[in-house]
Amino acid sequence: MTNLALLALVLLVVLPVGLPIFRLNMVAKYLTYAFVALGLVMLWGKAGVLSLGQGVFFGLGGYCMAMFLKLEASDPVSTKIQSTPGIPDFMDWNQITHLPAFWVPFKSLPFSLFAVIAVPTLAAFVVGLAMFKRRVGGVYFAVITQALALILSLAIDSRQGYTGGRNGITDLKTLWGWDIRTHHAQYILYFVTCVLLLAAILFSQWLLSGKTGKMLLAMRDREDRVRFSGYDVSMFKVATFCFAAALSGLGGALFVLQVGFISPSLVGIVPSIEMVIFCAVGGRTSLYGAIYGTLLVNTGKSLFSENFPQLWLFAMGGLFIAVVVLFPDGLAGLFELGRKKLKPWMEKTRNKPSLPVGLPGTVAKGDQP
Amino acid sequence: MSSNTDFLLAIEDLTVSFDGFRAVDSLNLYIEKDELRVIIGPNGAGKTTVLDMICGRTRPTSGSIKFKNRELIGMAEHRIVHEGVGRKFQTPSIYENLTVFENLEVSYPKGHTVFGCVAFKRTAEVVDRIHKIAEEISLQDYLEVEGAFLSHGQKQWLEIGMLLMQEPELVMLDEPVAGMSQPERELTAALIKRICKGRCIIVIEHDMEFVSRIAHKVTVLHLGKILAEGSMEEIRNNPKVIDVYLGH
Repeated sequence: MTNLALLALVLLVVLPVGLPIFRLNMVAKYLTYAFVALGLVMLWGKAGVLSLGQGVFFGLGGYCMAMFLKLEASDPVSTKIQSTPGIPDFMDWNQITHLPAFWVPFKSLPFSLFAVIAVPTLAAFVVGLAMFKRRVGGVYFAVITQALALILSLAIDSRQGYTGGRNGITDLKTLWGWDIRTHHAQYILYFVTCVLLLAAILFSQWLLSGKTGKMLLAMRDREDRVRFSGYDVSMFKVATFCFAAALSGLGGALFVLQVGFISPSLVGIVPSIEMVIFCAVGGRTSLYGAIYGTLLVNTGKSLFSENFPQLWLFAMGGLFIAVVVLFPDGLAGLFELGRKKLKPWMEKTRNKPSLPVGLPGTVAKGDQP
Repeated sequence: MSSNTDFLLAIEDLTVSFDGFRAVDSLNLYIEKDELRVIIGPNGAGKTTVLDMICGRTRPTSGSIKFKNRELIGMAEHRIVHEGVGRKFQTPSIYENLTVFENLEVSYPKGHTVFGCVAFKRTAEVVDRIHKIAEEISLQDYLEVEGAFLSHGQKQWLEIGMLLMQEPELVMLDEPVAGMSQPERELTAALIKRICKGRCIIVIEHDMEFVSRIAHKVTVLHLGKILAEGSMEEIRNNPKVIDVYLGH
């Protein structure tokens, strides 16, 4: 609970007060990645399944949101110079004269909001079922998800008339008549993102605190034992994969609202791997670690690339190697280590008699808040 | 396939070959209710493979495995568990990062589906049952200890306890006393005799002294086939068994 309060304080008070809106909008963008990192903590850290294709779900959620916004921005009046007014501009450039059927439902906001969660979840369900029922796991699963990220980004790229192609979907203006480009709107969207992220953390915490958390740990430790205790392990993996996908989709939709565009560059292999790095740097088993990791790596990224644009990729690569080799539990692990080191020292300064050494099993477990 | 029987477990004509090598060859094995059967045999005789096939881990090449007259072959592992078959592995398989209490809780036969698991509540009934089983396996004072910190023998007991949580009708124990001290072996023998009531147990074991202490009936496997079957006394005096297994 102190962890949650601290994060809420930083996100809801310190950052909005301390940063100009331009920087705060950047933080908001990072926070949308944090949804993906949070999903990865559940999937990779807790359930032990590494996906290198979370960008797919981020992208699907983002595109669902962007399609609605694009249709709203393409009313017949503002697109009257097109040969077919009323359809998105990139369709007109590609000699498409009718709104494609799969775009039509995205005229509805409720449907689009539903799709933001449902489409990534459904995609994860289909992929997960196909993989996990066949007991595909570990490196193979990671490679296949990476291939999916490549396939989706190429597919979007190559069908310009239907998807906006490499440029993506741009020039998004209003959400149900509300201009999302103003500073005022950016502030509101920032707080919406924060609240949703905190809610997602709380929900994940609640899941982990019950039997589900133990099941995920048990599955990671001894998959066979879980199976022979009468559980269908594959369905638990599918469910976790779906949950991570739903979070990523939500992040993608919020990204579109704050940044005002989506493109295949946010779907492919590079962003998918970057998300894993955010999660690893923060600590892949810690819900809070992943959020701070995402914020720190991205802040580093913008500061670094503003000053030494050529060096950023090397720094990122070096950081990942350092995390894997030197501190596999990331920032959260370092924090935990520091706390353990400080504890005896603090007790000594308080001049209390040292506690009796209990059973070894009574040591604090992980980072359960 | 085969006809119905009165046996709890009826294995008929069971064969599995790995790349042409017949690890288990036309095996017939019948086990009754309340029976404690021990399977012995030299390394590579196919003992563990038989257990693997019963619990669905290995798919047989041919034959039939009927449990309460229901065919187990082709059933998914977790379904076989739901039918009432529990299995302990050769090396203790417990969840090292969970406490003894949580290890037992995860094995409680409720909330097996994803949503059932999310909705699962630690009711008084669950807690009671965990305490009862913990007492049965002499771990009542270790409920809050993480699995990783248990001794080897305690891990073996914990895994047996995890099986008991599922209330199986058939319990399969693969080398339950491997690596145990003499006093631990005695406790384990007493435990196995206690839990045998109302269910049937198959034990794979090498320690003949331990086998003679618990077995109702002994089956000797050799090269995937049954070499002999009978009481401990009969087996001890069987010249074929002495030749391939006991004599050395």
